[in-house]
Amino acid sequence: MPGFRLASGGTRIDRSARFTFTFDGAPVEAFAGDTIASALIASGRSIVARSFKYHRPRGVFSAGAEEPNALVTVGSGAVREPNVNAATRLAAPGMEVSGQNAFPSVERDIGAVGEKLSPFLAAGFYYKTFIGPLKRSWMWYEPAIRRAAGMGRASLEPDPARYEKASAFADVLVVGAGPAGLAAALTAGRAGARVILAEAAPGPGGALDLEEADIDGRPAGEWAAAATVELAGMENVTLMPRTHVWGYYDGGVLAALEDCGGEGETRCRHWRIEARQAVLATGAIERPIVFAGNDRPGVMLASAGLAYARRYGAAPGGNVILFCNNDEAWRSAGLLAEAGVKIAAIVDPRTEILDALARPLAERGAEIILSHVVAAARGVKRVEGATIVPVGEAALAEAAGNIDRPGAQAQESEQGEDAAPPAPGGALERACDTILVSGGFNPVINLASQAGGPPVWREEIAAFVPGEPRQAFIAAGAAAGAPTLEIAINQGAEAGALAASAAGFEARNEELAVKIPVEGLRVTTEDGGLLPLFEVEPQGAKPGKAADKAFVDLQHDVTAADIRLAHQEGFADAEHLKRYTTLGMANDQGRTSALAGLAILAGEREMPLPAVGSTRFRPPAIPVPLGTLAGRERGRHAAPVRRSPLHHAHLAAGAQMMEAGLWMRPRIYPKRGETLFAAYTREARHVRRAVGIADVSTLGKIEVAGPDAAAFLDRVYANNFSNLAVGKARYGLMLREDGFVFDDGTAWRLAEDRYLATTTTAKAAEVMLHLEFLAAAAFPELKVSLTSVSDQYAGIAVAGPKARELLARLVEGTGMDNDAFPFMGVREATVGGAPALLARLSFSGENAYEVYVGADHGPFIWKLLLEKGADLEVAPYGLEAMGTLRIEKGHVAGPELNGRVSAHDLGMEKLLSTKKPFVGKPLAQRPALSEPGRLQLVGVIAADEAFRAGAHLVAGPAEQPGPSEGHITSVTFSPALGKTIGLALLKGGRERRGESLYAADPIRGGHCRVEVVSPHFVDPKGERLHG
Amino acid sequence: MLIPCPVCGQRDAGEFFYRGDATAARPPLEEEAERPWVEYVYARHNPRGEHLEFWQHAHGCRQLLVVRRNTETHEVFEARLVGPFGEGG
Amino acid sequence: MAEYSALRVISEGLRGNRGWRPAWRKAEPKPRYDVIIVGGGGHGLATAYYLAKNHGIRQVAVVERGPIGLGNVGRNTTIVRSNYLLPENYHFYEWSLKLWEGLSHELNYNVMFSQRGVLNLAHSPEQLDAYAERGNAMRLAGIDADLIGREAVGQLCPGLDLSEEARFPVVGGLIQRRAGTARHDAVAWGYAHAADRLGVDIIENAPVTDFIMEAGEVAGVVTPRGEIRAEKVGVAVAGMTSEVMRLAGIDGLPIESHVLQGFVSEPVKPLVNCVVTYGAGHMYVSQSDKGGLVFGGSLDFYNSYAQRGNLPAVHEMARELLAVFPNAARIKLLRSWGGVMDMSLDGSPIIAPGPLPGLYLNCGWCYGGFKATPASGWCFAHTIAREEPHALSAPFTLTRFAEGRHIDEAGTGAMAGLH
Repeated sequence: MPGFRLASGGTRIDRSARFTFTFDGAPVEAFAGDTIASALIASGRSIVARSFKYHRPRGVFSAGAEEPNALVTVGSGAVREPNVNAATRLAAPGMEVSGQNAFPSVERDIGAVGEKLSPFLAAGFYYKTFIGPLKRSWMWYEPAIRRAAGMGRASLEPDPARYEKASAFADVLVVGAGPAGLAAALTAGRAGARVILAEAAPGPGGALDLEEADIDGRPAGEWAAAATVELAGMENVTLMPRTHVWGYYDGGVLAALEDCGGEGETRCRHWRIEARQAVLATGAIERPIVFAGNDRPGVMLASAGLAYARRYGAAPGGNVILFCNNDEAWRSAGLLAEAGVKIAAIVDPRTEILDALARPLAERGAEIILSHVVAAARGVKRVEGATIVPVGEAALAEAAGNIDRPGAQAQESEQGEDAAPPAPGGALERACDTILVSGGFNPVINLASQAGGPPVWREEIAAFVPGEPRQAFIAAGAAAGAPTLEIAINQGAEAGALAASAAGFEARNEELAVKIPVEGLRVTTEDGGLLPLFEVEPQGAKPGKAADKAFVDLQHDVTAADIRLAHQEGFADAEHLKRYTTLGMANDQGRTSALAGLAILAGEREMPLPAVGSTRFRPPAIPVPLGTLAGRERGRHAAPVRRSPLHHAHLAAGAQMMEAGLWMRPRIYPKRGETLFAAYTREARHVRRAVGIADVSTLGKIEVAGPDAAAFLDRVYANNFSNLAVGKARYGLMLREDGFVFDDGTAWRLAEDRYLATTTTAKAAEVMLHLEFLAAAAFPELKVSLTSVSDQYAGIAVAGPKARELLARLVEGTGMDNDAFPFMGVREATVGGAPALLARLSFSGENAYEVYVGADHGPFIWKLLLEKGADLEVAPYGLEAMGTLRIEKGHVAGPELNGRVSAHDLGMEKLLSTKKPFVGKPLAQRPALSEPGRLQLVGVIAADEAFRAGAHLVAGPAEQPGPSEGHITSVTFSPALGKTIGLALLKGGRERRGESLYAADPIRGGHCRVEVVSPHFVDPKGERLHG
Repeated sequence: MLIPCPVCGQRDAGEFFYRGDATAARPPLEEEAERPWVEYVYARHNPRGEHLEFWQHAHGCRQLLVVRRNTETHEVFEARLVGPFGEGG
Repeated sequence: MAEYSALRVISEGLRGNRGWRPAWRKAEPKPRYDVIIVGGGGHGLATAYYLAKNHGIRQVAVVERGPIGLGNVGRNTTIVRSNYLLPENYHFYEWSLKLWEGLSHELNYNVMFSQRGVLNLAHSPEQLDAYAERGNAMRLAGIDADLIGREAVGQLCPGLDLSEEARFPVVGGLIQRRAGTARHDAVAWGYAHAADRLGVDIIENAPVTDFIMEAGEVAGVVTPRGEIRAEKVGVAVAGMTSEVMRLAGIDGLPIESHVLQGFVSEPVKPLVNCVVTYGAGHMYVSQSDKGGLVFGGSLDFYNSYAQRGNLPAVHEMARELLAVFPNAARIKLLRSWGGVMDMSLDGSPIIAPGPLPGLYLNCGWCYGGFKATPASGWCFAHTIAREEPHALSAPFTLTRFAEGRHIDEAGTGAMAGLH
């Protein structure tokens, strides 16, 4: 096939930089600046894709984000990217591009035979079939349907690219650097506002390069370039090219995607832009007209045809027919002809055309066919011709309603007066390889719709324009429905001034008064003379032969007939129509299809189009790579890692680390070849025999200070703290307002007016929020301050019969014997020379101390304890052994404090003070919280086999387990008892000690006998603690 | 959505921890009857429109704010400090 | 011949598809019905269907403020499962799952219930134990559940990050194979279709502006399309519950309306073969039959009646999705939306008579309402027809909050946003 590259031209390409890339393995020549689509067009390739449902061959349809057809796969392996819009993605040397949704290739796709079944694949067919014959039949049909659906194939490998997130702040964000956007940025920038001008394209100007116009006395291109230079020179203005604003969130927060240009260091960047004011100058896109075969390769939007010729020096075809209903398209055709593209014919339903538009084209040999429409495109793999019928014969689906338009009146009067039926065979056949189509222009209102009221119908352009703003934005230019460049550019200037003033800047009067003159427009009709026309209804080309399909949504293969069928079946609301047919739900977000769909629906419902309503736009306005929304928070960096100050000491000791909550914690310190079981039982045994040290830095630590600190703690803990002596600690139980257990911990009285409260590791942040809320909202009269000091301290538990002896060697400033430092005592002293807080508390049941030193001192003190205690056989113990020791003592932890237990369930009702009010007290006293049948804390001991956490307690053997009566929350092998033990929550458990039950673990294949016992397995009287 | 923190200035709502309805009156601490507490803990006016609510600037100054906001439009009208640093505190 | 069948699709196809009639009639309101259901979402339509089907009550109207099916049934991530921890929940949701299994047949409408499995990823031994606790609870109640190891996870879901390089490496997971997804819109349309064919009037674009009260009893509703009377009025309006119930003079329900965002990617060939939930956060993803990844995360965490959310929740969702599927970074987000969730204060629903005579309330579904649709309709219809709770929904009372009988799966207490 001959190439379609024009001999000259191409404002965006550099003909001196030539390279090749491949499409489906075949080399394609391209110039720097070419998009994939422009290079494919220039290479003469017609078929670039296959359609979603019918696998029809498809070519490039547009030159922008609205592209419905030309989705391709780029790259392979880990960087394989499906569904790339070939019309906007720049080609690059060596790029591997492939067609998708086709086998073996888009050129020859065997899937196309499926189109023969299309009568049975109408809208919603799948809701009516695949139901039987069996209940699970869908599971049989579904895999085949899934394989047929989807578009491109995604990579299975992690994406190696780097994505970034960034924030920006503006007084005025101008979206779109077309004429209106540039003008807005200029006036706002000159007023001194911080302006961000974001533009999706690589350069400014918007569609000015498709115009022949003078602005401010010079050619439009020059004006745009000068404007850009001026803006770039302003310190308060930031230009953001290749940045597509896609989301308008609450409070003036907008989201944008910056394309950083391929597989460089950063692939793309997500911008979160806080804008006090926004000017939405997002332009307009051309809309097609629906007719039979309107999806054939070679059918293209008229402005896109011009864009390919002017920007890329690529002719849309060699023999072009233009089908349009507006003057703008005629101007495009004129410029195309000037660029050297052969315009064979122009078909327009209107009865008359300005001579200034028609004459130049006629002079170049174009056949002018007025009062006609294209009824069908012929050809399969490429357009071969057009069937053209007189408007009187074609049933036109107009923007129904009172179309008060000169063109329309002319047409009506023609129909009225010239009532003779069209002559049979009035159809014209014209050969062509390309049909350019233009049905008018739709303002791009995605962002305005996200942040505003329902869009408003504008009769003169037969399209929706932005509705009432619900945030601080002004729509301007073509996006606001401005019909001419002159109006658009002045709207932009005014919007920029208004936005700047609204943001508090003096947009000087003279500047507000200044209108940028727009001169030299060759066409001066105010409104472009549009005759609304959305569809030429399909008509049988020959008797007995159905017309080809007429597509509304090209990407989703939604036809005009589908929309009529949906209406017939009652899916007549715009939102129902969308969902039933999938109209407008493809990658192109319905840019070229939504309005035509509504127009057809309006025709069926016999009401004006705007009365049918429209669907609301939601973010994102363009497809956004998910990677960019996560930015750098991927892989290892998906979430912060919290390391204790002692982290490296654990690594040095050979600890096996594990994640618990957000923390990395030492699970065990295995000796060579030691199993998990051997290690933790050794460590636990060692603590009971000698002395162990453990890292408790992760506990939440809150300093509660102030004259009312004691009163505050009395209110937030269920038990009493005001009567705690200075220098003593106490276990504390905290309830939620609803009376259930929230958290437990200890509070140490450091001074009359100062406590240190500890929380569980898991609830540290929640407890802090809870206490801060209570202090501010519930008890503002109390003079108390709360400070999280969790990260300020390293905490080390020193536990075991030799703990005192070990610490005595290092501690100065306090005696260590029972009198000087009794159980639950708190002392400020030094350890190894470092200032320290010590508390004699124990979760292991052994005589034990918690030693808190400054976080920076932690590693040194840890090392010192190990060194000075070598002869005492001091050894570190990990999380597993800590679990063993606390389970042996019946101390509850996270698995038991599950947010559903009451104090009574845990046997802790005695901690609920009867002498003072406290948070949660009134609701804790509700009878339901202490009913006998509740799940209550018990201990369980394995009769023979071991059981695991997560097993349930049942009465029966494996064959007939019976219902669950509770579950085992924490399990360990107890070296002290030589048996597997556990804590459990059992129905009515308080009264069931001594019962024999089964630990049922069907999901892991276990079922074994257990005995229900007290949860205090070891040293229930606490003699070892006080030793 | 942005919250105008009186201490830190205009900040993204993502920095705040939402604590809900600020109109429900917490019974006095000494209140022992169940009913007022049930009301306080479980009854929500849940209006569609203007709402007073607690937001805590957890990733900022940690101050607790009462924010007047519209639940239908997400428009934020004002935010003021509560607690010891608030008005009258 | 059934109204909808492969044979009918073929015969209609051959005749230009001209014989199909509306899936449901556009009914005009009559002055009086036996039962009015306020809310034409999934639950309301299902309730109307089962009132007619199970209880023989044919004089039923469903009144909906807009077109049907555009609330939460039309904006969710389509997951159907019964893998709950607490007996009140798993018994109810298992019945729902059983109804799902026959639903396309029951309604003569393909709701595309795809039993592809729901996999909850575990990222630590403790989490696997917690899943064992849940799985064992299910197994002991006769509900399918399995624990699977890392290799089996990999076989189910190629592309899922099983490496040690993951921030929270996967150690295994809990899978319920009978669980899966369904085509959400089809559920609303299917129930509407089937209810309509049983004589139920579906009255669209009829917002309830007031309740008709007679001697302290609810006797009907007022809409712009006229007054409609009935002996019994059931309210199933999800996120609008507080506002609608206020019209009946009921305030202070244990419900907050919150916004939850959902997301769909561009379509790709089959990639995610079951529903996957992330265990180190709150994210769930599946792939629609059309090929889009469908995913969601946590609430936005503020009261909202706006069907729109904000960026922090979008960022969080993307972060968590990519933590599970790092290959999805290059896949593009195509659509997002917000749904207004009726968050109850213990995370479990309310299906109960009252709180006024003649009034029945169905709400509090948090973000689990879609999968509940059949059982919710089944039990609510029973509650209305028999004037007493169905055994399966008996625990879901309105009074349980005051009593302290929470059904608190998450264990977070009376904080609506945290369930």
